[in-house]
Parts: sequence; C-alpha cells; structure tokens
Amino acid sequence: MRPVLPSKPQPLRSEQIILFRAGGQLFAISSASVQEVRSIDSVTSSGKIVSHPDIPKVQHFVQRGEASLYVVNAAMHFALPPTTPALVFVLRRTRTALLVDGIERMANITRLQALPLSFCHEERDWYRGLTALDQSVIPVIKPEGFLTADELFALDATMLQSGAKDSVGAQSAAADAQLGTMTTLSDSDVDDAPADPPDFASGDNPDPGVPQ
Amino acid sequence: MTLLAEAELQSFVLLRLGDRRFAVAAKEIAELVAPSRVFRFPHHTQEIEGVILRRGRIVPVCDVAEKLIERKLTSRRFYLIAQRRYAAQNEWIAIPVSGECELIHAEMTPPSESDAPHVAGWLAHAGDVIEVLNLAALTPGPGAQHRAGSAATPPGALQPQEARR
Repeated sequence: MRPVLPSKPQPLRSEQIILFRAGGQLFAISSASVQEVRSIDSVTSSGKIVSHPDIPKVQHFVQRGEASLYVVNAAMHFALPPTTPALVFVLRRTRTALLVDGIERMANITRLQALPLSFCHEERDWYRGLTALDQSVIPVIKPEGFLTADELFALDATMLQSGAKDSVGAQSAAADAQLGTMTTLSDSDVDDAPADPPDFASGDNPDPGVPQ
Repeated sequence: MTLLAEAELQSFVLLRLGDRRFAVAAKEIAELVAPSRVFRFPHHTQEIEGVILRRGRIVPVCDVAEKLIERKLTSRRFYLIAQRRYAAQNEWIAIPVSGECELIHAEMTPPSESDAPHVAGWLAHAGDVIEVLNLAALTPGPGAQHRAGSAATPPGALQPQEARR
C-alpha cells in the first residue's frame, strides 16, 4: 500500500508593482506594464504640443522609437488637485505615457481584489482592482484605461490636422496591429514569466531609492 | 401564537439613520462593526465614499442616509456590514448607521405599487411603521456597459479575485 504523499503547497504567485503618486494620491501599477521611467524634461524637450478642447489631460505627443505616444496627466485624468509632475511612465502595449508626481517605492503583492461591483462608473475602466498593502488600500491601475478609443481617434485627428500625418498614421496602424496580436492570445499562450522590469532611464531618475 | 403565525415571522435588523429607523432582513446582515479608517481614491460613484478593510476584505462604504433621510449622517456609531446581491454573486457593503441596531422578529407587509423601489416591505414594531430596505435597489451596482479588454495587462499579472461571499 502506497503512503499518500501530502500535496506540495503551491507557491503564492506574486506581482511586482510600482507605487506612485499623482495629484497627491497613491496608486499602483504593475511594473511589467511600465516600459520606461523618464524625467519630465525628456517629454517637454522632445514632445510636440497637442491641444484638444475635450481632452485637456493630454498636452504632449512624443515619439519613442517606433511608437507614438500621447502623454496623459494622471492627476487631471483622475480629477485630482493639480501638482507638478516629475516623471513619465511609458506604458507597454498602449499609446499612453503617464505624467506622475513621483515614485513612492516598489512592492510585491500576492492578492488583487476585483473592484467591488458597487463601483459602477468610469472607475471600472481605470482600475484592474484593489490591493491591501501595509494596512492600506491602493487602487491598481489599468494601463489601457487612460485613453478611450474615441479619445485616441480624436487626438489622432488633431495631430493629422496639425501636420504630423505620416507619423501618426503609421504609428496608429503599428499600435493597432500590436494590440490586435495581443488580444488573440489565449490563456494557454500567456507566459507566466515576469515581463522585463521597467527601464529607468539613466541619469534621469530623480529617485535615489529606485534602482537604475 | 399559532404555529402558522410563528412561521410567518421573519428576522430583521433595525438600524437608525438620524431620527428614523429602517429594517433590513437579518439574513442579509453579516456583522456590526465600529467605524474604521475609510480609504479613498478617485471614482465617479457618488454613493460610495471609499472602502474599509474588514477581515482581509476590501468593503465599499455606502452612505444611504442621503437617499433615505435627505441628509448625510453627522455622527456614525457603527458600520452595518450587509450582503449586496448582484446577478451572479454577493458582495459585502458597509452601511454607516448613527445608533444601536436591534434584532427583531416581525411579520412583513409586502410593498405596494406606489412604494419606492428601495422598499422591500413594511413592519409594524413598537408603535412605529418601519420600511424594510431592498439593498439591491438602494445601493449602486452595475448597469452601465463598460469597455472590456485587457490588452495591456501584462502577461503573468495577477487576476483580480472576486470578493464573493
């Protein structure tokens, strides 16, 4: 008779997050969703000005390699009091870069609770869920929730009118193709290996606590 | 009291909002807790003022006083943790109340057509007529369509766990 072996406990899956502030409020984002962290100077010096009356949260457009990105002021997006942003997060698999006040720290979470169903407006598009960390509750943002398809369309139209036609058109198609590829992945295709950590731009990192 | 009459009695928790008392079916109540820190973050659901941490769960705080007595509570003595039913699941919500709660057994009179949707019925208790609350109609829940899609959620990311009960 074979002894029954106790089943090996599964290790807790964890996810690395970046805790950051925008408009004075603490948020979290998966570090795997952040491709680069840059100083705001890199945006203001190389970005083009974008002005759309209905989308005041976007004021800059930048070209990062093959990607064209709209820079969203996170404080304005969440209707928080205006602050002076210092950093830009370039978000993976989106056409969004995010202006934030600064990075608080990095942490690992093992549990993400779905946003309670009582929250039933735009916030369902903003957050992946909530996490409890150090006796505090922090919303974990959804990278694709900063610009709707309609807003991207309107911003692209504005850029086309302002003469950046070739760049925007080509990059929209490239971004759409990339997103299309991503949405065709099935669960079994998803690699559990963590994605590359964000690239903290050398020399631009104002936070000494964050590895470069 | 006959057996038939006893069978028709149901359990309710009476709660106080300002000067008025309301009732919720006892089977929908999880516990009564002292007020704790409310964590706030940006959102557009006006009825929800934030969330509390309770037994490792994140519970939304829903102030129903403005809807029921047309003013916010000036003092909160407890949070009544209740189950809110949604189509496919139940979730906890925390309802601030301004006084002690009481468990009673009473017979409920069904609502009439002219009653507001949040009225599940009526109780006669200690000389008062008390509204029984339909939490599903009183507190916010999904209704609007939201964009689906998680194209930018990184591979290997944690999937949110439903706060089921």
